[in-house]
Amino acid sequence: MIRKTLAVAAVATIAAAGSAEARDQIRIVGSSTVFPFSTRVAEEFGKTTNFKTPIVESTGTGGGMKLFCGGVGVEHPDITNASRQIKASEIESCAKAGVTAITEVKIGYDGIVVANSKAAPQMNITLKQLYLALAKDVPDGKGGLQANPYKMWSDIDPSLPKVKIEVLGPPPTSGTRDAFSELAMEGGCDKIDELKEMKKTDEKKHKAVCQGIREDGAFIEAGENDILIVRKLEANKDAFGIFGYSFLDQNQEKIQGSRINGVAPVYEDISSGKYPVSRSIFFYVKKAHVGVIPGMREYIAEFTADKAWGPEGYLADKGLIAMPDAERAKYRAAAANLEDNLPK
Amino acid sequence: MSNSANGAALPRAAGLGSIFDARQQVSEAVSAGLKRRYAREKRFRLYGMLATLFAVAVLGILLFTIIRTGLPAFTQTMIKLSVTLYPQEIDPKGDRDPQTLSSADYQRLVRDALDDYFPDVTSRNDRRELFAMISPGATYVIRSMVIADPSLIGKRIEIEVPLKDDIDQFAKGKIDSEADQANRRVSDKQIGWYQRLVDRDLIVSRFNTTLFTAGDSRSPELAGIWGAVVGSFWTMSLTLLMSFPLAVGAAVYLEEFAPKNRWTDVIEVNINNLAAVPSIVFGLLGLAVFIGFFGVPRSSPMVGALVLTLMTLPIIIIASRAALKSVPPSIREAALGVGASKMQATLHHVLPLAMPGMLTGTILGMAHALGETAPLLMIGMVAFIVDVPSGPLSSATVMPVQIYLWSDAPERAFIERASAAIMVLLGFLTVMNLLAVALRKRFEKRW
Repeated sequence: MIRKTLAVAAVATIAAAGSAEARDQIRIVGSSTVFPFSTRVAEEFGKTTNFKTPIVESTGTGGGMKLFCGGVGVEHPDITNASRQIKASEIESCAKAGVTAITEVKIGYDGIVVANSKAAPQMNITLKQLYLALAKDVPDGKGGLQANPYKMWSDIDPSLPKVKIEVLGPPPTSGTRDAFSELAMEGGCDKIDELKEMKKTDEKKHKAVCQGIREDGAFIEAGENDILIVRKLEANKDAFGIFGYSFLDQNQEKIQGSRINGVAPVYEDISSGKYPVSRSIFFYVKKAHVGVIPGMREYIAEFTADKAWGPEGYLADKGLIAMPDAERAKYRAAAANLEDNLPK
Repeated sequence: MSNSANGAALPRAAGLGSIFDARQQVSEAVSAGLKRRYAREKRFRLYGMLATLFAVAVLGILLFTIIRTGLPAFTQTMIKLSVTLYPQEIDPKGDRDPQTLSSADYQRLVRDALDDYFPDVTSRNDRRELFAMISPGATYVIRSMVIADPSLIGKRIEIEVPLKDDIDQFAKGKIDSEADQANRRVSDKQIGWYQRLVDRDLIVSRFNTTLFTAGDSRSPELAGIWGAVVGSFWTMSLTLLMSFPLAVGAAVYLEEFAPKNRWTDVIEVNINNLAAVPSIVFGLLGLAVFIGFFGVPRSSPMVGALVLTLMTLPIIIIASRAALKSVPPSIREAALGVGASKMQATLHHVLPLAMPGMLTGTILGMAHALGETAPLLMIGMVAFIVDVPSGPLSSATVMPVQIYLWSDAPERAFIERASAAIMVLLGFLTVMNLLAVALRKRFEKRW
């Protein structure tokens, strides 16, 4: 009985103690793709300054936006990481909660690679072929659509390997998957004239056809865990995997990235935009919190310093693809002045 | 055979002889079937044994892979450096101001020390590669040494600092030096320098104390599980403190005092249902109620414990009720018979006898909670937290979350650390389960 009273007392105290106190630690949420970079900066920031190390949560881009747009105040996060640009609908929901002043900082690029084991030859594929291999429905050549008939890569084009199509990739909840559907699948789709035409006539159907990924077992959803895909590729030399460049960078002696449209996923070509499947990654700062939560300006300065996000910075070592000098300067200035620079 | 015996027996006349005959027939029939029954019994046992063997083999394989992957994480390759702490670099004004000491450029000192070893490495790119072999932890080590003891400034100190994770992986034979240089994370030059350091006896392999003393880090060689262990400790203690008394109270009331009517039936069904609810649902509830409404700090062991309490409560209540049920009614009746009140009978006799069973249930519930990550995702405990938590309200993560985060990291050295963390977690779980067994053995009464 005494114990029970104690427990009730404990619950009561935390409820009281918990109610909104000042926070002396930056809170960051958002994309799992940006997580390795953001945490690296947070750690460096915590160890080299007198501020506390920021807390970084890996919630996914969409989940991060939702928390970030929850409102202004210490119980809401200060910064959110994103592996895509903020959507108009998210800006709107932010505004509804009073989060109107937001600074967008582009960090760099991330390439999405299609890779396989080093034990097999490197594949050289075009976006169109990639689309044909992975789409749910493909044109049947008579103006209509048919369920994807291709079983082997060589069915699409004789130059491709004579093995079964087997691709491990991220699930639809992942930002990597969004970017892959948009950049690679839709990119390949638009190389097919009749599908490109459809965009003008029926945009919804165009999107469904172009971004629909086959569900007959050739594309295997391997969960959010990219390193798992890498290990599965090592074990099965006929399989291909889709994941972010940093995982290729860390495991180069075991796996290789396929050339897409003739360009291999190497640092220089992703940075220059020659590699077709690359996306920008961002973080967003809640301006109302700057000056309230200690260290925000300094954290942003640390992130945007060349020793961090430059081509030779410590983030490049973690697989970040740096922006060209001019672009870096532009976003560094925007970040330092906390410009209100959301896309209108 | 039994059929033919039956056939032969039919025409005989009834009488004493026929009883003997019938007996004989039965015993014949039994002995004829005996072999088959033995065979069946044997097969049945064999199936059971095979099932057990299969389970043990699978468990064995699992443990073997975890241990094999995890063992290398317990050692870390270190380099011996002799660093001169130049006063003009660290504290040019000489006033030992803590602010100056903390922001001095210690990286430069590490580089100077490395330059002493390799005077021949001069080109900018080569030096970059050379310095990349040492963990950023080296600077932190010197910084904290100097801040702790400023009298070291001006002296030459001998320290051992960790090598970068890639070089450490190479030293452990995890990176194939035969592979094409472009395809591995350690260059030929770095391998050459590493060999020279080995030849000069400057490379040592040490027990990885960082793993057990540090919080999380983005650099595998600096990452440790201590932060997660402390976070787990706070979370589990608070969970136990809240769930055990509540669960025992509920179980005693429902079992001993509550009238059996429709309401208690509804409650019972609901408790059983709650035990089967997916744990993520408790996380969502925690987010909405504890964080949203009560304002408990996000990511804190407190909010984690509240959520895990909700999750373990039904498990402990069910186990406690079973324990109370197994106390024979004669105990209660005897106590009531000599004039004890209902409360005295329960508190003095029934509860102590049911306690071992309740404790076993509690420990199993706790072990379940210790391994849980899904409900913590929603309340912000799946996060990168470097500082070791200082109390139940500071931000923390727990061991299974740490394992999840490491196993998802691109750096290869985190794979072995994840396995090492699994070994530690399994160790804790084994201890808890052994405790449950020991408690049962020690206090269990049989009637």
